[in-house]
Amino acid sequence: MNYFLTEEQQMIVDVARQITDEKIIPQRAELDEKEEFPTEILKTIAKADLFGLYIPEQYGGFGGGSFDMVLALEQFSRGCVGIATSFAASALGAYPILISGSDELKERYMPVIARGEKWAAFGLTEANAGSDASGIQTTAVLDGDEWVLNGTKQWITNAGDAKIYSIIAITDRSKGPRGASMFVVEDTDPGFSYGVKEKKLGIRASSTRELIFKDCRIPKDRMIGRQGTGFFTVMRTLDLSRPGIASLGIGLGQGALDEAVNYAKQRVQFGRPVISFQAVQHILADMAIQLEASRALVYATSRYIDSDPKDMSKYSSMCKVMATDMAMKVTTDAVQILAGYGYMREYPVEKMMRDAKILQIYEGTNQIQRNVIGQALNKEYSRS
Amino acid sequence: MKIIVCVKQVPDAKDVRLDPKTNTMAREGVQSIMNPYDRHALEAAVQLKEQYGGTVTALTMGPPQAEETLREAVACGADDAVLVSDRAFAGADTWATSYTLAMAVRKLGDFDLIVCGKQAIDGDTAQVGPGLAQRLDIPYVAYARKIHSCTDGKIRLERLMDDGYDLVEMRLPGLLTVVKEVNEPRVPSLKGKMKAKSLKATVLTAADLQADPACLGLRGSTTQVVRVFSPEFKAERCMLTGTAAEQVDQLLAKLDSLQ
Repeated sequence: MNYFLTEEQQMIVDVARQITDEKIIPQRAELDEKEEFPTEILKTIAKADLFGLYIPEQYGGFGGGSFDMVLALEQFSRGCVGIATSFAASALGAYPILISGSDELKERYMPVIARGEKWAAFGLTEANAGSDASGIQTTAVLDGDEWVLNGTKQWITNAGDAKIYSIIAITDRSKGPRGASMFVVEDTDPGFSYGVKEKKLGIRASSTRELIFKDCRIPKDRMIGRQGTGFFTVMRTLDLSRPGIASLGIGLGQGALDEAVNYAKQRVQFGRPVISFQAVQHILADMAIQLEASRALVYATSRYIDSDPKDMSKYSSMCKVMATDMAMKVTTDAVQILAGYGYMREYPVEKMMRDAKILQIYEGTNQIQRNVIGQALNKEYSRS
Repeated sequence: MKIIVCVKQVPDAKDVRLDPKTNTMAREGVQSIMNPYDRHALEAAVQLKEQYGGTVTALTMGPPQAEETLREAVACGADDAVLVSDRAFAGADTWATSYTLAMAVRKLGDFDLIVCGKQAIDGDTAQVGPGLAQRLDIPYVAYARKIHSCTDGKIRLERLMDDGYDLVEMRLPGLLTVVKEVNEPRVPSLKGKMKAKSLKATVLTAADLQADPACLGLRGSTTQVVRVFSPEFKAERCMLTGTAAEQVDQLLAKLDSLQ
């Protein structure tokens, strides 16, 4: 459908599409098989200026918004959600600094992130703090001019490959939700190390490790925003990033639909292409319907976010749920259309189906998203 | 360092069809792309610029729509672009093309290096690069597969050969044509695309070049395409029977008879 993109937005799509077709698609199977981080592809993306897409021009970025990111991520994920996730995770690590960081922190970190010279990552999840962020155990204690961090973050995307980490730690447990603060930790900080690389079902080109803080000392000025604003920054970050995850769903759904339709057109059974059978056509039609509806919601939401509304959580959650549930369904259907071939690793759809599952889980499970939407509805309808 | 890259707009090979009646290439509705070898030439030039400083000028001869290819070149790192375009150039073979390009290069003034792809995927002659060098009376190296250095008015590079490679040093100004192994062409950058959007290529016509009309286009061409056809392929199948040893004997006899 024509979504009436501006000339600049069309350029973003064209650049991202070319990277996807020429670099990502030819390499995705091998990177998945070897569980190898896509260093060279990320460098290509950096050279194409896309790491700075959402970063203000004053810090060397393109000055784009949520919608620009959605357009780029949609293309990358059409090729490989693992690679797209590695790219997106750098933005996730940069958002807290952009949202709450001091000008000085922004000046220090945004230009290198915008140029793609260093990748960023976001550290929230812990062994006992997943959906329930209040379970965070990592602490930060001020000692003279330094913060001393202790604790372990779990399942952190880009961990070990990124150089800049935005992490949340408890600075005053007695203050409850206002007792957490965010910090920038650098790869080389003393007392900071990584756990072993996790083995995953899907998005295997992306790297996932623990962040381990053992008396990790960082300068005082690495705190992002004021003390106690950690949860606010995290929530705002996730509001901004969810349409990105949703766009991974639509890109993946598009990739799966492309494979399924092309296959159904050339696969001959009972003397005719299987696409001529209504049973197959209806599956493909449902895939296309759900995909286009999801795309429309994701685009609308990210455009809404770019209008800088006061509260975007409900819509941000809606598009994440819809597009990622769609991706799970559509990739599963694509495997069904390709049937025996689809189940084989020689064809890309089994990987797409494996990759889809994480989208319903990370950056807030789809159940948590429904909580957010439910609570927003409860609040809205209490006002009138 | 002033580098000129010759690029050509060609039909996308993924899209090529022959008109079954006329046996010529069906160009209508076929996507045009930058000749794939020229993307490597451009990348080589841009990398040299990044390493040693200077400028990269993309040069093409073609119809007005070839400006699209120049735009792509600027998006990928060329600084400016020149379109050599005139109805008088139509139908040029490699002889007339190299003449026209040489006139254009002279018009552009001093340069240090010209980089071309080894050949275009439509004509496949691989003659225009070397032809251009001859016309300009400069040294050239074809089939460059790796560039080592470019200092003190000399370029050191590896030339791909059937049985390995030659290490070659060429004095500048000179011309080289590159093979695909030379590099991995970059994807256009966003900033490059923005710049390319507002590109106004310098257009050079036959009059601008002060070219001899007798040397241009079809008139200036020494070769002409009389007929284009797909060669007929006649395969003969022959089944060998008997024991393995007998089959081997039959096969050897057959191969001998073919010599």
